[in-house]
Amino acid sequence: MLCLGFAFLYIPIFLLIFYSFNYSKVVPVWGGFSLRWYVELFQSEEIWKSVVLSLEIAIMNATFATLLGALAGITMARIKQFRGRTLFSGMISAPLVMPEVITGLSLLLLFITMAEVIGWPTRGITTITIAHITFSLAYVAVIVQSRLVGVDESLEEAAQDLGAKPFRVLIDITIPLLAPALVAGWLLAFTLSLDDLVIASFVSGPGANTLPMLIYSRVKLGLKPDVNALATIIILIVSIGVCIAGWILSRQERQRVLDMQMAESGKFDQNEDEPVRA
Amino acid sequence: MNTQTDNNNLFADQPWLDPERSPFVKIQSLTKTFGSFTAVSSVDLDIYEGELFSLLGGSGCGKSTLLRMLAGFETPTSGNIFIDDTDMSNVPPYQRPVNMMFQSYALFPHMSVEQNIAYGLKQDGIAKNDIAERVENMLTIVQLTQFAKRKPHQLSGGQRQRVALARALVKKPKVLLLDEPLGALDKRLREQTQFELMNIQEQLGITFIVVTHDQEEAMTLSTRIAVMDQGRFSQIGTPTDIYEYPETRFVANFIGSANMFEGRVVENGADYVTVKTVGSDLSFYIDHSAAVRENTAVWVALRPEKILVSATPPEEQSQYNSVEGVVDDIGYLGNFSIYKIRLANDKIIEITHPNQSRPKHGSHLAQWEEKVYLRWADHSPVLLTK
Repeated sequence: MLCLGFAFLYIPIFLLIFYSFNYSKVVPVWGGFSLRWYVELFQSEEIWKSVVLSLEIAIMNATFATLLGALAGITMARIKQFRGRTLFSGMISAPLVMPEVITGLSLLLLFITMAEVIGWPTRGITTITIAHITFSLAYVAVIVQSRLVGVDESLEEAAQDLGAKPFRVLIDITIPLLAPALVAGWLLAFTLSLDDLVIASFVSGPGANTLPMLIYSRVKLGLKPDVNALATIIILIVSIGVCIAGWILSRQERQRVLDMQMAESGKFDQNEDEPVRA
Repeated sequence: MNTQTDNNNLFADQPWLDPERSPFVKIQSLTKTFGSFTAVSSVDLDIYEGELFSLLGGSGCGKSTLLRMLAGFETPTSGNIFIDDTDMSNVPPYQRPVNMMFQSYALFPHMSVEQNIAYGLKQDGIAKNDIAERVENMLTIVQLTQFAKRKPHQLSGGQRQRVALARALVKKPKVLLLDEPLGALDKRLREQTQFELMNIQEQLGITFIVVTHDQEEAMTLSTRIAVMDQGRFSQIGTPTDIYEYPETRFVANFIGSANMFEGRVVENGADYVTVKTVGSDLSFYIDHSAAVRENTAVWVALRPEKILVSATPPEEQSQYNSVEGVVDDIGYLGNFSIYKIRLANDKIIEITHPNQSRPKHGSHLAQWEEKVYLRWADHSPVLLTK
């Protein structure tokens, strides 16, 4: 069963990579090995424009969503009691379960109304970014909150006890401890934004085509192999990224475990943990 | 002038007895409730400068809450805390003249040993050179100089404990709060560290307030101990006071072990009290007086090590402070053995007896089911009314 699942997951990807090197213009017909579509891809201004737009949106979204989501997450994890806490936590997690179509549609309505009333924003990169931030920050908030729940609160108390004002504690202690969660949140927000087709389609304006929107519209006009080439490049970048991240993480973890074992067994050096006999 | 000096000498080790000294930490009818649960219930406490004071109690007795109120992490529901004559009510934790050593040590994992210790000094805006010097000094005191660049996870438990201590001490607080300072160490290390802690405290002269559930730790370390139960102090006194003269049944049972007898006062003389126990012939003659009326229900506590055992009947029979029984169980602990003696009314009395010679050479007092005779001195039993 598992093999079947993996087969359905990975065979299409391999097929896609395989056909990206196909000379033939008709996708399922093998016309010999060629880099033709890669060349064409690099010459297509339309595709590059959408790639740049998608990346711009993804980076802005990830950054703002991480900032706001972290604040929300810290509030949720560290402030035990305030008026409307339940409402706040519900509202934070609502975007996680809200169907995208509804989020997209309602945001579109909002943007249209705003444009009429105050003349801002024009639909395009701004509206897509705002829309993406609204739902990505929920994911970041959840990641940050769950990480912070696992962090010993006495670390922050200790900093306060040593004379650090609450803001300093946030900068010196809480945020460094949250770093892994913030990086994870940023990457997730980045991916969510890069991935999103539905909401972007709703709130985008003329001329602002993100990469998923472009690919989707092209596929509707019939499969063209340069999309395969593009997909192959994306897969390559993602795989390299995942491998590097995994390698760094496992190396850090191994080093940490080793350090701890050595500290406990006292093999770090000769002069170890022999308590003073005063 | 002369009497003044005498007074100072007299009370040097016991400042709480000196009527002229004013307390350094003053707690006045302090209460803390969480919802309907009362963690600390209207307690008063005076702690003097240079003391090593222990708050001792089981889990949930309110000792940690009290400590956290001193540090400023919990706001009292009512009552006041004064440190060095300053009201702490509206002083946030980061401005209090106290530092705390946390049970988990709470070392900052992303900072080196050096940075951890320097953190508090940095917050005070002290010049870099001074910080470096004071950190260096502190590292020497806790013997961690060669570990300065390590991260906390590269240290053993004992080393981490010393970093936490150094970090809390480097700011020269007026009062150092220690939450179960030795709780995470193994037994051998704990015993050694106890004495280290006392040395450091004497060296620096800082007032220590220690929270602990370990009575042995409290006994070894402290100048005075407050035994806490259900948010109140059961008794405050020196380790000797608390062990030898417990005031309540809770204290007698909590500190060390005690054989407890329920009885009624028969006679209350000028300097003695006699008590007849309920359900047996056993009677106590206690050589101190107490404010109890005859025929009131009381308890008598008797420490296991204060009971003398012999296999032969005593030469002169006395109606008081002696009883006979049968050995029910023997526990050999190496340095001493625990004997459980069953009395005629099936009550079990616990006795500890030092193993001065090896078993083969006849140190075992008695064997299972053997009849033994118990007696104790008139000053051994403690009369308890609460």
